[in-house]
Amino acid sequence: MSKILSIKDLQIRYGGIEAVKGISFDVEEGKIVTLIGANGAGKSSTLRTISGLVKPASGSINFMGEDLVGKDQAAIVKAGITLVPEGRRIFPDLTVLENLKAGAYLRKDKAEINKDLEWVYELFPRLKERHWQLGGTLSGGEQQMLAVGRALMSRPKVMMMDEPSLGLAPLVVQGIFDIIKTINDQGVTILLIEQNANMALKIADDAYVMETGKITKSGSGLELLNDESIKEAYLGKKK
Amino acid sequence: MNLVPFLISGVSIGGQYALIAVGYTLVYGILRLINFAHSDVFMVAGLVMVYMTTSLPMQYALPIVVVATVALGFIIERVAYKPLRTAPRMSLMISAIGVSYLIQNLAYYLTGGLAKPVTNLIPWISDTITIFGQVTKRVTVITPILTVLIVIGLVALIKNTKIGLGMRAAARDFEAAQLMGIKINGVISFTFIVGSFLASIGAMLYFTNFPSVAIGSGGMPGLNAFVAAVFGGIGSIPGAVVGAFIIGICQELIKGLGASAFSDAFTFVLLIIILCVKPTGLFGEKTIDKV
Repeated sequence: MSKILSIKDLQIRYGGIEAVKGISFDVEEGKIVTLIGANGAGKSSTLRTISGLVKPASGSINFMGEDLVGKDQAAIVKAGITLVPEGRRIFPDLTVLENLKAGAYLRKDKAEINKDLEWVYELFPRLKERHWQLGGTLSGGEQQMLAVGRALMSRPKVMMMDEPSLGLAPLVVQGIFDIIKTINDQGVTILLIEQNANMALKIADDAYVMETGKITKSGSGLELLNDESIKEAYLGKKK
Repeated sequence: MNLVPFLISGVSIGGQYALIAVGYTLVYGILRLINFAHSDVFMVAGLVMVYMTTSLPMQYALPIVVVATVALGFIIERVAYKPLRTAPRMSLMISAIGVSYLIQNLAYYLTGGLAKPVTNLIPWISDTITIFGQVTKRVTVITPILTVLIVIGLVALIKNTKIGLGMRAAARDFEAAQLMGIKINGVISFTFIVGSFLASIGAMLYFTNFPSVAIGSGGMPGLNAFVAAVFGGIGSIPGAVVGAFIIGICQELIKGLGASAFSDAFTFVLLIIILCVKPTGLFGEKTIDKV
């Protein structure tokens, strides 16, 4: 397996506050990689930096042999990395179809875009039924589907997801995780951050634990799932 | 009492206001900024028209007016608003007020503070015609028709093109739009270009019916157009157009009823009533609270 995304000594500062203190990790092609950790550990900052929304203080982000630091969001989307942001952030006054088209904003291959649209509709038949509805009228779970579908429309090589389970009912969360697995099986590498560590570790090939801006543990999803200290800290096991 | 001539000129003035009001509403829609400099851009378009039509043939003069106005709008955004993208909205507003005065002062310097008479009228549209038994300039009839056509074109552009999709996405959520690869700065520049383009057309039509252009000439039509945009629901293009026609027609009818002195006051009474009764205007933004 080859590394598709490689983060080295990444430091992120907001004003004087150091949110991420020099982390390094790799994402291997075709895998599901998860970063877990508590609020404020720096997980979201890491994803936002990779997507170009935040400029890092130092460090490198290597994507398929190319350094992404300093590139703008459009170049990064074009290169093949997309972010499904926290809180979904769909466009509420655009229709479902327009939201999906916005996801393909940088692409010009009309025929291929339509093919991907069919693919997204296949993954989420609910979106096809509601393609004419305004995004803001969808339920929370449907909005999450739309956010994922919109991200897929850029035909990403790596899809990053920021807390996809946030605020959703357990049954809906299960559905979202099943879809993540399906998308991954179709060749999209996934970088997932979650507070729902249990769910995330179950589907992850590789996992990293972040605490206050540092990576404190790493291993396969299964290893961390059975790690006593992780169980205590994140999986709610009583001593 | 014969109100027909006032109705005709009201529709025409409404069209002129609409072309300015759309500029306010477009910029507000994307930046949440009342672009105070917009009425001065309109005035500059009038001045450029006066200078150009007296020194160049029409077929060169008019395109230059459009290009110069569009360039001015573009430069204002790049110089005065873009550096403040992440600043609080109040800073942006102060910057807009500053630009407004700067333009007026530069225009004062250029004109020596004198009103520049509109001497070389644009041919054909300034011919005299008779409609419904009333004698008027052809521009009076052309203005509302042209306005409606331009606005229909603009709405189609925003609804059906890629840049339109980018505008609508960015108007709602800058960051999410950026994650789609939409270049925010490009979209905002485009918005100012469209707004200034409409203002330049509006200025040419407006000042054709006006004896002169002075540095304060943008003020009153600008304010009326701004009220029209608020009345229609700022951020909404159809709202701005409907609001502009209502205000234009009402103002002229008030003049027709012999109360000319109150025609501008009416606008502001209307503004106060609207803000009290329906603060989001006729077609105000739908707010979808579900997150």
